[in-house]
Amino acid sequence: MTSERVGEDSGPRGRELWRSIDELADTAEFRDFLVREFPGYAPETLDLNTRRQFLRVMAASLGLAGLTGCAVQPPEQIVPYVEQPERLVPGKPLYFASALALGGYATGVLVESHMGRPTKIEGNPDHPASLGATDTFTQAAILDLYDPDRSQSVIHNGRVSTWDNFLAVLVAAMDEHKLTRGQGIRLLSGVVTSPTLIAQIQGLLSAYPEARWHIHEPAGVGADRDGAVLAFGEKLESVHHLEKADVIVSLDADFLAWGPSRLNDARGFARRRETVSDPRGMNRLHVVECTPSITGSMADHRLAVPGREVASVARGLAERLLDKNAVLAPEYSDWIVRVAADLQAHRGTSLVLAGEPQPAEVHALAHAMNHLLGNNGSTIDYIEPVAAVPAGSDHSLAALTREMDSGRVKMLIILGANPVYDAPADLGMAERLLKVPLSIHQGIYADETATRCHWHIPEAHPLESWGDVRAFDGSATIQQPLLSPLYGGKSSIELLAALRGSMGSGSRDLVREHWREAMPGDFEAVWRAAVHDGIVPGSASKPRPATSRPLADILGTVAKPAKATGLELAFRPDPTVWDGRFANNGWLQELPKPPTTLTWDNAALIAPATAERLHLTNEQIVVMNYRGRTLRAAVWIQPMHAEDSVTLHLGYGRSHAGRVGTGQGFNAYRLRTSEAPWQGDGLELRATGDLYRLATTQIHHNMAGRDLVRSANVAMFVADPSFAKDHENPATHGLSLFPSHSYDGHKWGMVINLNTCIGCNACMTGCQSENNIPVVGKDQVLAGREMHWIRVDRYYEGPKDNPSAVYHQPVPCMHCETAPCEVVCPVNATVHDAEGLNAMVYNRCVGTRYCSNNCPYKVRRFNFFQYSDQTTESLKLLNNPDVTVRTRGVMEKCTYCVQRIVKGRIEAEQEGRPLRDGEVVTACQSACPTRAIVFGDLNDSTSAVAKAKADPRNYALLAELNTRPRTTYLAKLTNPVADESNGG
Amino acid sequence: MAADANIGREQSGPPVLSPGHSFATITDKISAIVLTRPYQRGWILGFAIAFLLTNVLFVSVAYLFMRGVGIWGVNVPVMWGFAIVNFVWWIGIGHAGTLISAILLLLKQEWRTSINRFAEAMTLFAVACAGMFPLIHLGRWWLFYWLFPYPNTMDLWPQWRSPLVWDAFAVSTYATVSLLFWYMGLIPDVATLRDRARGRLGRYFYGFLAMGWRGSARHWHRYQTAYLLMAALATPLVVSVHTIVSWDFAVAIVPGWHSTIFPPYFVAGAIYSGFAMVLTLIIPLRYFYGLGDFITMRHLENMAKILLATGLLVCYGYLMEAFMAWYGDNRFDRFQILRERPRGDYAPLYWLLIVSNCLVVQALWFPAMRRRVVVLWLISLTVNLGMWLERFVIVVVSLHKDYMPSRWRMYFPTAWDYATLFGSVGLFLALLFLFVRFLPAISMAEMRELVHEAEPVGHGGDSR
Repeated sequence: MTSERVGEDSGPRGRELWRSIDELADTAEFRDFLVREFPGYAPETLDLNTRRQFLRVMAASLGLAGLTGCAVQPPEQIVPYVEQPERLVPGKPLYFASALALGGYATGVLVESHMGRPTKIEGNPDHPASLGATDTFTQAAILDLYDPDRSQSVIHNGRVSTWDNFLAVLVAAMDEHKLTRGQGIRLLSGVVTSPTLIAQIQGLLSAYPEARWHIHEPAGVGADRDGAVLAFGEKLESVHHLEKADVIVSLDADFLAWGPSRLNDARGFARRRETVSDPRGMNRLHVVECTPSITGSMADHRLAVPGREVASVARGLAERLLDKNAVLAPEYSDWIVRVAADLQAHRGTSLVLAGEPQPAEVHALAHAMNHLLGNNGSTIDYIEPVAAVPAGSDHSLAALTREMDSGRVKMLIILGANPVYDAPADLGMAERLLKVPLSIHQGIYADETATRCHWHIPEAHPLESWGDVRAFDGSATIQQPLLSPLYGGKSSIELLAALRGSMGSGSRDLVREHWREAMPGDFEAVWRAAVHDGIVPGSASKPRPATSRPLADILGTVAKPAKATGLELAFRPDPTVWDGRFANNGWLQELPKPPTTLTWDNAALIAPATAERLHLTNEQIVVMNYRGRTLRAAVWIQPMHAEDSVTLHLGYGRSHAGRVGTGQGFNAYRLRTSEAPWQGDGLELRATGDLYRLATTQIHHNMAGRDLVRSANVAMFVADPSFAKDHENPATHGLSLFPSHSYDGHKWGMVINLNTCIGCNACMTGCQSENNIPVVGKDQVLAGREMHWIRVDRYYEGPKDNPSAVYHQPVPCMHCETAPCEVVCPVNATVHDAEGLNAMVYNRCVGTRYCSNNCPYKVRRFNFFQYSDQTTESLKLLNNPDVTVRTRGVMEKCTYCVQRIVKGRIEAEQEGRPLRDGEVVTACQSACPTRAIVFGDLNDSTSAVAKAKADPRNYALLAELNTRPRTTYLAKLTNPVADESNGG
Repeated sequence: MAADANIGREQSGPPVLSPGHSFATITDKISAIVLTRPYQRGWILGFAIAFLLTNVLFVSVAYLFMRGVGIWGVNVPVMWGFAIVNFVWWIGIGHAGTLISAILLLLKQEWRTSINRFAEAMTLFAVACAGMFPLIHLGRWWLFYWLFPYPNTMDLWPQWRSPLVWDAFAVSTYATVSLLFWYMGLIPDVATLRDRARGRLGRYFYGFLAMGWRGSARHWHRYQTAYLLMAALATPLVVSVHTIVSWDFAVAIVPGWHSTIFPPYFVAGAIYSGFAMVLTLIIPLRYFYGLGDFITMRHLENMAKILLATGLLVCYGYLMEAFMAWYGDNRFDRFQILRERPRGDYAPLYWLLIVSNCLVVQALWFPAMRRRVVVLWLISLTVNLGMWLERFVIVVVSLHKDYMPSRWRMYFPTAWDYATLFGSVGLFLALLFLFVRFLPAISMAEMRELVHEAEPVGHGGDSR
């Protein structure tokens, strides 16, 4: 990404323009620009409040009424800028640094903006929680921004109202509560790390001392902190340094996909797997888990146990570390003995991680084990909590509902949360909410909670408003808006300001006001730098020494779990829609969930052996009886799942998600209770005769004896570094009747490192966002017509019911040198270009689909219907203007992001220099958290891709077909404990 | 009159023309079907059903044009479904006509005379059905002409390496030549109808079609020469069309497609299915229109023999395909042909195909079976089904599991797939009903020649 990044460093003119978001929206040029750029949605033209606006619109309507007789054209005015905004060059995108939060914690981003409309989110390389990469949620946030189902107006008791009406009610209510020192006021939010918002809330709580703040995060972040309380006696949050760890032990910790530092952890983990010079430097991962996760898929030694048993395993491990002769549960002893020995052999360079679904005790054991092994300070550090912890009494949701029940809550303000949908079922949130005399909900969507509150305030998307947010290590980012709120939303900061009676302050002023004290030195300069860089310098928390209580002590205080029998029900956040907040995001709904490849639905995941015992088959509807509650859900038999356990992912069964998400899947929250948020015993399944069709993108999960993913363990690799090449027949490789084409300029190529690919699917969403890839819907996925240009194949190895390994293989177009697709196209719609790309000419394609039949890799995608939405106004803004939006009947496929190649080439030409290696980054490559994808010029022998191709592990997929693919793979390595490496 | 003469050179078996026919009786009998016979309930009912099915086709194609090919069951990896199966099936059926008319004419097989007109018409209608499918299966069907080299501002030609371009030429050439050949053969007969038509409309209609034919010796001389030339021209097409259609598959690298045996095996299969369809149609025609005199058991038996011969060729093709997959030791071919077809997801269809195409036809070794019209008719139906299944197995089963197991997926036809298939059958039948009603289904001129040749006196059979 070489383009300019823009922040608030635009000089005095910028200051004049940007005093507040409202003012910005009112400048004439911005208004003109909006009208021109967003013909279907210009807030001013819809808002007929002012006489001038009214007259203008009337005049325009009359004028255009005549024109519409000739052709249907959206009203559009082409008006040049009177004063050209600084740096805005038509056709050239600008990048703005900001941050997006999940569960309160930030991921730093750079947002690409074309002529004032953000189109693509990239990671911010300077941000610790991104390091330039993104996850699927961050990529898909741009679709949320333009979601036509977003809440678009203030709603009062089901009727459209206005912000001013709301303020009038609010002011009156707050005045009234002033008398009782805010006794009836309750604030409910998700996890908050925003310094400004925290300060505002604390200000509110000091002005109304009897008011209370409660926190509800369905996929909460807190177990780590609670474990620290047990281990260290104080609230601390941990920061991991996986790149320093030789041995990593995960106690149900899906650290590659879950948690505030997931991208950082993934990068740290992968850094110890990408090396090839010395494979012995590779780390080793031991995982015990219940639900197969991407972290589990990377394990060198994996143990599947029900979620409730992880505590026993953790306990056994702790006992074994303390005493070599400890008596262990026989079924886990192999794994525990091996892990304990490995940990003891790597004191100071190992790391034990406990997962969010495990109770605080397991976290405490992990903290103490790390302390015992000398990892504290090397692979793990402790910092003051980043997330705000409300002071005083119980701040849980359960406490709030108790008070609501007793009628003590007179006024409830819900910031961004959706408790009616995602609160534990035993709290009865939906009924109790009706007992509150005044309930106010703020959210991006008019969701389940909004419909049960008196007031609903549309929330501004983080890309529409000023704000701040902190990352896992405490680093703060100033969030800057990319455009004025599409639907007139207000940020939480603005709502809080209104609660405190300061009307009319824009969020920018509020955030600046807060930081004015926190930023030392020349405030304007520091502020501008912070906004521009996407990170407030020096804001990361300093690690602080923490001494754990001895492991033996903690073991003593932790009650030995009773051995439970029977079926367990485990709840986990969904890999794509998370806790349900992304349910209306089509990109995430259609993204195959690792490892099931399910789309559009969750399902009751169950191990093959357990399914056999219970006589269950795939897609069968079962009635789940769990602690007095029932739910019907479809069964999905999932290899590698723990036996005697059923996983139901959260986030589905929404009733008010929007057109995309409503009614999809099964609502796990209807079974989830507050005393057992992540797993509990007492599940009974009753099979029914009903079937429910589940849409998966992959049906066959074994390689059918084909060496598509090549792998070896470290010992085998050391013995034969070019093991991956043995399968190819060198006699026929590259044989051709024709002289091969010579590439004088660039010769693009890609290498995908299977050893570092964690199968997170970020590349798929990144590609979807970059290349305007449409969402096709569940019925089309069922028909096998999903459109992802890059897919991640999953293969199991070993027995069908109990595979020994799972592999991820991202498959984009191979850009074959002798591409089978090219010769069969009758109209020259797919051709080779001068830089070796297999190009697709959309407007030449007639749709014979022969190319797809002849593609051995099946990377071509066809528009069976008119898939791309060309009518929804807001979604038009989403499209990348550099990529054609395809129509019905046209074939499409990965282009190696040719638009980025062209952009890089033009920039290099303008500056009169050769294109540098790493200057052209494909969308999948830039999204990848582990940098498993390398792209570049094969003619440049110093390029990263050329070096990767020289790796002995480099191999081509189906090379025996002589297609000579340009995308090649680096074989996968595993690093099992040495004495077992023969077993692979 | 040659009351008891056996007509034709071979002296054994039933005659190709029942005894007792003269020039006049032939002309009377055949032209009566068109000119004097009233509309009958059977014809009206049959045509109504066929026309209804034709409308099913129109509706499904209209809906297809509105929505896109997504209304069918095609997916990744099976990008070609019923449309291409139907195309290959119909074009195969369309082989019998030209074979009978041209090749058997050149080989002087006189027995062809009474069936060639009908077979040619069938060919033409089958090719019309076939030609429709590649067009409508395009994602952007309105741009179909981009497959042809035409002068255009884009300065682009088609991509000559693609078999689909060859296909476009092969099929359009075949359709053109078939039409010309059929129409030319019709000219003397429509002239007869013009002369015999009682209504003004009929006279104009047939007169227009007859293009001024007066039956002069000069006309006949030129007609015969041109007809022979057309036959010579059409002959290579019989082989070339299906060879090129087979290249659509053989040139691709899909396991199960990529095979050098495809051209001869496709041609044999085409003739097999073509003769099966001729039998399927001509047996009811002969029955309902009382044409047993002209289409005798001799004809049916000869066709049964050809059916048997080509059926054996096709089975040899299956055998060789399997042998080469085994002998070639290509992992993907072996998987596709030796495992997936006989034991995979579509195995029942494969075995149904083997039964229909290879087993049932063995009954025709026995003369008693060949002479039983009902048995013959049922066998011909089985072969039609078997040949359709063969194309299904080649197109769909090969595609559904090729190289990447992650992309393996079943193909399930939708209601629109079936509607299009049966709609095309409807179109085919409707055209045949119209043909039988408005044009002579048996060539009067050539039948008269048969009578002439059978005359005991005169210049015998060597007049040509």
